[in-house]
Amino acid sequence: MTDEGIVAVVKRDCPTCTLVAPVLEDLVLRGVVSAIYREDEDEGLEASWRLGIETVPTLMRGDRRIVGWSRVQWEELTGVSGLGEGLPDYRPGCGSRTVEPGLTDELAVRFSGSKLHSRRVELAELEDEAEAFFDRGWTDGLPVVAPTEARVLRMLGGTTRDPEEVVAVVAPDLVECTVEKVAVNAVMAGCRPEYLPVVLAAVEAACTDAFNIHGLLATTYFSGPVVIVNGPITGAIGMNSGVNTLGQGNRANATIGRALQLVIRNVGGGRPGGVDRATLGNPGKYTFCFAEDEGGSPWEPLSVERGLAAGDSAVTLFAGEGPRGIIDQASRTPESLARSFAGALRTVAHPKLPMAFDAFVVVSPEHARVFREGGWSKARLREELLTLLTIDGAQLVRGADGCDEGIPEPLGGAAWPKFRPDGLWFVHAGGTAGMFSAIIGGWINGETGSQPVTKEVRS
Amino acid sequence: MTSRVVLDPTSERSAANRQRVERPVSLDGRTVGLLDISKARGDKFLDRLAQLLEERGLRVARFRKPTFAKVAPVDLKHQISTTCDVVIEALAD
Repeated sequence: MTDEGIVAVVKRDCPTCTLVAPVLEDLVLRGVVSAIYREDEDEGLEASWRLGIETVPTLMRGDRRIVGWSRVQWEELTGVSGLGEGLPDYRPGCGSRTVEPGLTDELAVRFSGSKLHSRRVELAELEDEAEAFFDRGWTDGLPVVAPTEARVLRMLGGTTRDPEEVVAVVAPDLVECTVEKVAVNAVMAGCRPEYLPVVLAAVEAACTDAFNIHGLLATTYFSGPVVIVNGPITGAIGMNSGVNTLGQGNRANATIGRALQLVIRNVGGGRPGGVDRATLGNPGKYTFCFAEDEGGSPWEPLSVERGLAAGDSAVTLFAGEGPRGIIDQASRTPESLARSFAGALRTVAHPKLPMAFDAFVVVSPEHARVFREGGWSKARLREELLTLLTIDGAQLVRGADGCDEGIPEPLGGAAWPKFRPDGLWFVHAGGTAGMFSAIIGGWINGETGSQPVTKEVRS
Repeated sequence: MTSRVVLDPTSERSAANRQRVERPVSLDGRTVGLLDISKARGDKFLDRLAQLLEERGLRVARFRKPTFAKVAPVDLKHQISTTCDVVIEALAD
């Protein structure tokens, strides 16, 4: 439409449009203006919507736009002098019909709904909207937001990616999942459009061979995907990395993790009692997503440690169980605090089982301060913990300490590290008061289980 | 009312119904595949089954998944399906 030369958009109940009507008629007769779109007609309304008009009258050529009436600007754009004899020099325009409250969404559906490929489901007149989604098995047990065409179109406005682009092949059904399907589930989860790029990156990360969402879903163990977000997007979308960061109350934290789980449920077909065989599960399987507090951290961000550039936005997925607390209100040296961490970390999965499980430690600001003041880098902390957690096999064998769980007897002659060298990770987050940190224990690690996966968040 | 029309969040697929292979009336002359999914002590269970089956004069073929935490590789599934008549999988825990 913008190749048409000079075009104008007007509507009937705009005094300025009425004022300039004779001018526009004159310009059409002269062959200067090639088309006048009238928002009072369907065709004109569609043109106005597609051109992104916000004010009428708008006179435009290509990217150049003049809103309202300005003799000087109109003459300059048209190259015609003496326009609008007797009219005032300037009059502001009126709001376009396309930005009227309520109409914007309707127009988006009317004029671009066809780009959505998902099946339309018409709810019956007597169906309660909230109940309808439970009845169809589309929720995680909590109510969802109805994924109307208008909401999904708005959600898709959060990314530049094509709605038809395949984001990932989602287990367990191994289904190609498009940006549109992620958007539908993101709406249901309660996301705002600006969260969508993070959800897309999380879905991509989950559906890699390294992360192994199929196995993680199928396991009888507690774990589920934990989403840790780094970079400028965390501030831009208002994620919480501070007080109660692992808890409730922040929309972005809550809904991004939930959207990932809904994609796995609805698109991948992974449901509790079906492929999800968890004995107990954990509440984080509704949603488990938080941001790293990079500004207050003594260390490099997790995403940088995992290979991305500083300033990149990223998600890191970890197969984790629910967080457990570490209290240490007395240690003022890193050596002492590391011993508290080690004592608590030894209990991941079982105090007598080494090597099988990775862990993330969410280090709070007050604990991080101890490491900062002691000059300990993340690498130093990891190294010290790996040393503290190298345990004499005699303590670990089956039967030791009166407990039948443990490593087989023949392995008792050696010392065993609790964690693999790359099985212990640290992220800085939490409120500024409280000498508490948290451990998020992992699941089967390495190539035979799940490895943390980091993906850049793309717009 | 447009608000009453929603988009389907699922894959919109319905699973294909495939006819199961009929269970053999007898194991005589059959090859029995024993699949160890690599869970602890699954091998003990399968060793015993193999012994019992072989005592009955049956052919037994042993297979093992690289890890219980991932789906069996396609090649392994193909190998089992083309060389065995029945398969027993040890879901030990």
